[in-house]
Amino acid sequence: MSRTRSGPFVGTWTMLRFALRRDRIILPAWVIGLVAMVSFSVAATKDLYPDAQSRIEASDAINATAALVALYGKVYDPTSLGALSLIKMTAFGAALISVVFVFLIVRHTRTEEESGRLELLVSGVVGRSAPLAAALLYALLGSAALGLLTAAGLLAVGLPAAGSAAFGLAWALSALVFGVAAGVAAQLTVSHRGAIGLGLAAIALAYTLRAVGDLADGDPGWLSWLSPIGWSQQIRPFAGDRWWVSALPLIATAILVPVAFALRSRRDLGSGLIPDRLGPATGRIDGLVGLTVRLQRAMLVAWLAAAVVMGFVLGSVAENVSGLLDSPQMRQYLELLGGKQMIVDAFLAAEVSIFGIIVGGYAIASVARLRAEESSGHADLVLSTATTRMRWALSDFGFALLATGLVLIAGGAAIGLGHGVSVGDPVGQVARMTSAAVAHIPAAWVMAALVLALFGWLPRAVPGAWGLLAVFVVLGEFGSLWKLADWVLGLSPFAHSPTLPGEQVAAGSLIGLLVVGAAIAALGLVGWRRRDLAG
Amino acid sequence: MTDVITLTGVVKRFGPVTALDGLDLTVRQGEVHAFLGPNGAGKTTTLRVLLGLLHAQAGSMDVLGMDPWRQTAALHRRLAYVPGDVSLWPNLSGGEVIDLLGRLRGGVDPRRRDEFIERFDLDPRKKGRSYSKGNRQKVALIAALASDVELYVLDEPTSGLDPIMESTFRESVRELRADGRTVLLSSHILSEAEALCDRVSIIRDGRIVESGTLAELRHLTRTSVTATIERGADGLADLPGVHDLVMEDGRVTAQVESDAMPGFVAALAGSGVLTLESHPPTLEDLFLQHYARS
Ligand SMILES: Nc1ncnc2c1ncn2[C@@H]1O[C@H](COP(=O)(O)OP(=O)(O)OP(=O)(O)O)[C@@H](O)[C@H]1O
Ligand SMILES: [Mg+2]
Repeated sequence: MSRTRSGPFVGTWTMLRFALRRDRIILPAWVIGLVAMVSFSVAATKDLYPDAQSRIEASDAINATAALVALYGKVYDPTSLGALSLIKMTAFGAALISVVFVFLIVRHTRTEEESGRLELLVSGVVGRSAPLAAALLYALLGSAALGLLTAAGLLAVGLPAAGSAAFGLAWALSALVFGVAAGVAAQLTVSHRGAIGLGLAAIALAYTLRAVGDLADGDPGWLSWLSPIGWSQQIRPFAGDRWWVSALPLIATAILVPVAFALRSRRDLGSGLIPDRLGPATGRIDGLVGLTVRLQRAMLVAWLAAAVVMGFVLGSVAENVSGLLDSPQMRQYLELLGGKQMIVDAFLAAEVSIFGIIVGGYAIASVARLRAEESSGHADLVLSTATTRMRWALSDFGFALLATGLVLIAGGAAIGLGHGVSVGDPVGQVARMTSAAVAHIPAAWVMAALVLALFGWLPRAVPGAWGLLAVFVVLGEFGSLWKLADWVLGLSPFAHSPTLPGEQVAAGSLIGLLVVGAAIAALGLVGWRRRDLAG
Repeated sequence: MTDVITLTGVVKRFGPVTALDGLDLTVRQGEVHAFLGPNGAGKTTTLRVLLGLLHAQAGSMDVLGMDPWRQTAALHRRLAYVPGDVSLWPNLSGGEVIDLLGRLRGGVDPRRRDEFIERFDLDPRKKGRSYSKGNRQKVALIAALASDVELYVLDEPTSGLDPIMESTFRESVRELRADGRTVLLSSHILSEAEALCDRVSIIRDGRIVESGTLAELRHLTRTSVTATIERGADGLADLPGVHDLVMEDGRVTAQVESDAMPGFVAALAGSGVLTLESHPPTLEDLFLQHYARS
């Protein structure tokens, strides 16, 4: 960076050190957690496939199951222990770490700027572009550390060196691309929430693109090549180690970095790219509920739109699943399992389950608004009026519950419509998939209640709800693989959602979720009633 | 006259930090009461405790005849608050915020609202994020002043206002007082307290160290006196209420409490006073004395 005492990059190193210092716990915690997750999962699967024959059988089964291919991708070398045991970690893991990096980078760019803290620094000896440069360097260092440790972890559990390095590289590059993309998003929006939303939307899009692309016969379709997560898969660690593919994310990074700086230099501190319009001189917000709706509607509309578009796309590929089942033995095997319909249903059920977990994230974001309103001081304004604390909290919480249900219903209906159009039964499929999605509402509500409980008792720990969600996802994906006890698996509310379509609905577990959720929420409200309003 | 606010022995701790340490505060009905004290003395904490936003660990509180922690909403119906650090929703316009807060307080009088917007020269169409600090404060002030309540609690209401807006603010507060309403405002600005307030309370380290009218507080401070005398006056230093007496070559300087003044002057006269200068305490002295004393 610039060595002169003026210019836009002065102070980059100071800012970088400051950012690393602020994250000295959270960054190592994420990196170590992710590395541990990937290493343990290899350690757990290694002994399941003692010889090449068993690996080939398992790999063929995965490659022939479209639901798994769409979710995780293909095993590109059926004999490779690394490729097989890491199948769940390649695309899925890359998406997970990318989410973490989006949060981290927005935290050091737009969040700082929005809070006004950055102004304090930039008015000093720090150049205009230095905070962004520091955040991008942070993404580079963080992803490099993650990649190196991941490679080391895989090596340590006994996988070949080249593949371990390729896998670490694939992960690091995905984190880097989305970290830098978050840096671009932070230049576009005024709020950190908006920037995180853009970043997450990009990840969801990348994941969907590769899901659809991977469903093509043989080599992945061109859609996979548009996706940074697809690139991570196509490096094919332990299955050819195609190093040249890593040029794609590097090129993407090389394009995104100047874009971010150009956007930065085109706007003022604190503003986005689009200047603010004037608002109304008098207000129509007619009370607390009106305020909640006003503050939350943009996020709800974005989620609804994303749910409908992605639901439709994913729903419409479900039918293609049967095209993959061409070998006669496979078909015979499947007939035994219940036939083609079964497989399509399993695919749809997997989609709805994942969707339910993602909407659990929406529930978290929506209830976490309470904490944001409190720490920004807006709650002081509202709660010094005749509004009671209970009504204030319930207004946002109630909205979060309704909105969560609405997003799930809309997404379920869209999956049903996408699938229904391709099989010529739109009405029936919409009804079937909507009710499948409805069954996932209670688990998402439990997530909302958990955030409320944190808000009531440990307001500063509200962001920890995202960590809880990550733990639940990992429990669901790997818990049985790691042979964890049932009660541990059952800690995740998502473990109690039925697999629909295809399973009998156990009303008991849904009612159980609702009761537990209500109890947790009530507990949260008790805490909120008794505590100080904190900054 | 009844008391609108009575706090007795209020203690508020934040973990190891004791922000309020047995605070007593009385605000009478219909007065404008200034709450003064150095940074970190506990002014904001006191105001938030008496609004029921914070829960005090000890002490008794009576605000408009209610317990702020238990009857928070009922109490808030009868008061208006402006926080010291006003933060607005970035995407709501000033007009929307004013109307929203008014409605949440139980209704807005559009005429009063428009009058204050006019007087404070605010563009209500701008979004929260594009207001300057002073304008953000104006939004909260207008929302409070335009509401029809008995008690106004204002935390450093003028800290971001320019001089013209400050005088508009003073005018508005005088009108409130003329209407029989009560105002409690915290401030660092001495002239504001002097121009506006009936009584002041000075807080230091979480306790009230002085409370009363300005005249009463002045009375408590010392006048500095310089005199030249013909002959030595041995008893001067021993007079009660005389401090820091220095006598050199017939020149005497001393700090004299108001009550001790007659005796001190008489003693000087007995020593053949040639010149006499006395400086009555300025408000500045009064505050410096309280702010700086450790
Ligand atoms: N939430 C909190 N947690 C910990 N300490 C706090 C908290 N709020 C206030 N304090 C402490 O309480 C003391 C009083 O703070 P307060 O904000 O009431 O001061 P103040 O008189 O309003 O100061 P200023 O003139 O700077 O506004 C300070 O020492 C402050 O650090
Ligand atoms: Mg204060």
